[in-house]
Amino acid sequence: MSGGFRTLLYKEILRFWKVLVQTVGAPVLTALLYLLVFSHVLSEHVQVYPGVRYTAFLMPGLIMMSILQNAFANSSSSLIQSKITGNIVFVLLPPLSYLEFFLAYLIAALVRGFAVGVGVLLVGLFFADIEMRYPLWILAFALASGAVFACIGILAGIWANQFDNLAAVQNFIIMPLTFLSGVFFSIHSLSPFWQSVTHLNPVFYMIDGFRYGFFGQGDVDPWLGLAVVTPFVLLLSGLTLVMLKSGYKLRH
Amino acid sequence: MTTAVRLRGVEKHFPHVHALRGIDLDIEQGEFFALLGPNGAGKTTLISILAGLTRATKGVVEIMGFDVTRQYREARRALGVVPQELVYDPFFTVRETLRLQSGYFGLRRNDAWIDELLDNLGLADKADTYTRRLSGGMKRRVLVAQALVHKPPVIVLDEPTAGVDVELRQSLWAFIRRFNREGHTIVLTTHYLEEAEALCQRVAMLKEGRIVALDRTENLLRAGAERHLLLELDPPELPAFLQSRLKGREGQHFVLDLPDYGDLEAILANLRAAGIAIRGMSLAQADLEEVFLKIMHGGAS
Ligand SMILES: Nc1ncnc2c1ncn2[C@@H]1O[C@H](COP(=O)(O)OP(=O)(O)O)[C@@H](O)[C@H]1O
Ligand SMILES: [Mg+2]
Repeated sequence: MSGGFRTLLYKEILRFWKVLVQTVGAPVLTALLYLLVFSHVLSEHVQVYPGVRYTAFLMPGLIMMSILQNAFANSSSSLIQSKITGNIVFVLLPPLSYLEFFLAYLIAALVRGFAVGVGVLLVGLFFADIEMRYPLWILAFALASGAVFACIGILAGIWANQFDNLAAVQNFIIMPLTFLSGVFFSIHSLSPFWQSVTHLNPVFYMIDGFRYGFFGQGDVDPWLGLAVVTPFVLLLSGLTLVMLKSGYKLRH
Repeated sequence: MTTAVRLRGVEKHFPHVHALRGIDLDIEQGEFFALLGPNGAGKTTLISILAGLTRATKGVVEIMGFDVTRQYREARRALGVVPQELVYDPFFTVRETLRLQSGYFGLRRNDAWIDELLDNLGLADKADTYTRRLSGGMKRRVLVAQALVHKPPVIVLDEPTAGVDVELRQSLWAFIRRFNREGHTIVLTTHYLEEAEALCQRVAMLKEGRIVALDRTENLLRAGAERHLLLELDPPELPAFLQSRLKGREGQHFVLDLPDYGDLEAILANLRAAGIAIRGMSLAQADLEEVFLKIMHGGAS
């Protein structure tokens, strides 16, 4: 990796760090609101796993949802802003390879996702005791899942011509995938039909495996989860690299 | 010596536009070179291809001997580009912008040079200002500084003085000239033809994706436009020996062809010998504007 890579990574992190209130503060607040509303409404009535209070059950899902949405938001909004303002040339003129370009946007997106995730976790500690039984599972699912959404963000940011295009991806792909994935419930409470639908959603495995890292119990085996998520990481990274190498919409 | 910029058979097709139709061009190291042409001629496309922002459909493009696609790292390190559009990153101050740009080129501690750039471009007191707060002219200076952070041997400026006040134009050109004296190759496109005339040793004129004229500036001036001698005579009649030169009249003046200034003395001596007094006289100098218009309207020369 060249010195240019380090600078691009630093710039991508600095970009959201400078407006931390919007890029980290706001999503943490959103997660907090979900936490307050859902735990207040449901906490007395729902017992998902034996020995796990609903508020505690909710936390990993909220953290993962925050990581995913913010990893996507970081890479996609950075790219679309640079394209629309034209300052994307500042990073296209220097001697950076497409691999360095990819890794800088990927890692910065993960850093932003994790910053929000940690923020949500810290807030959650005020409301529930959260054990973290298997930190390695937690880390593995956070990394793999964050990477998938960072890649979707890069792809969408390069493809989109305006903010409207990104909003469409956000509203019609990212939101449904994350909401219909068991953030707020265990799929065992669903009808068999909806259970099988949810099993088709890769985000379900991301959240379930992540949650397993906290409680040591989940809806499916975490190894199965990893086996589902890893191909998505490889597929989307590969797709993003091919797109960057081709110069699609960046080097006409 | 390696050619600074080498283009061979370069073509560019956009979906509905054939923007470049076979460009062959060598720009030597140390040249101050102008690329002229009307809007849409393909100047920016050509520069984008040099910079790797656009890929040529066909042809070979080298910067300091490095192929811009196969050896893109070396080629881009050798090139500094001031883009035509006034772009900036609103998140950063002037100094941050220049530090980041240095970093992209692998230069970690570049502050001494950054300070020199800021001083020379009149940006020293704006170092900690966010670029979005700067006026258009100031933003342009930041773009120039950004193109120079890595002291590239080849510097390309795409209409750097469009919409910029006269004072800045002067100081900008003084600064760019200094780079040229130190051996850097300068390529510019401009709409101000007098700028190209004053600064550039060589000029290429581009029209609809083709080079229609390419020569040293003085050759273009000599070949491209006739020089005229304007005479007001007393008595106001043109003697026979000058009839063949007559182009027309402008008020009291006869407009005469004068391709060679050396003929002037003989003409004046003959007039004196014929007893004709000279009331007024002027020489009409060709300028690049005229050459430009002539070539653009008259097709290839
Ligand atoms: N990205 C693009 N897509 C399609 N056509 C383009 C693109 N960029 C430039 N062109 C076209 O190519 C031609 C040359 O444009 P340009 O290089 O910008 O000219 P100049 O800089 O000399 O004014 C124009 O007809 C322009 O419309
Ligand atoms: Mg142009």
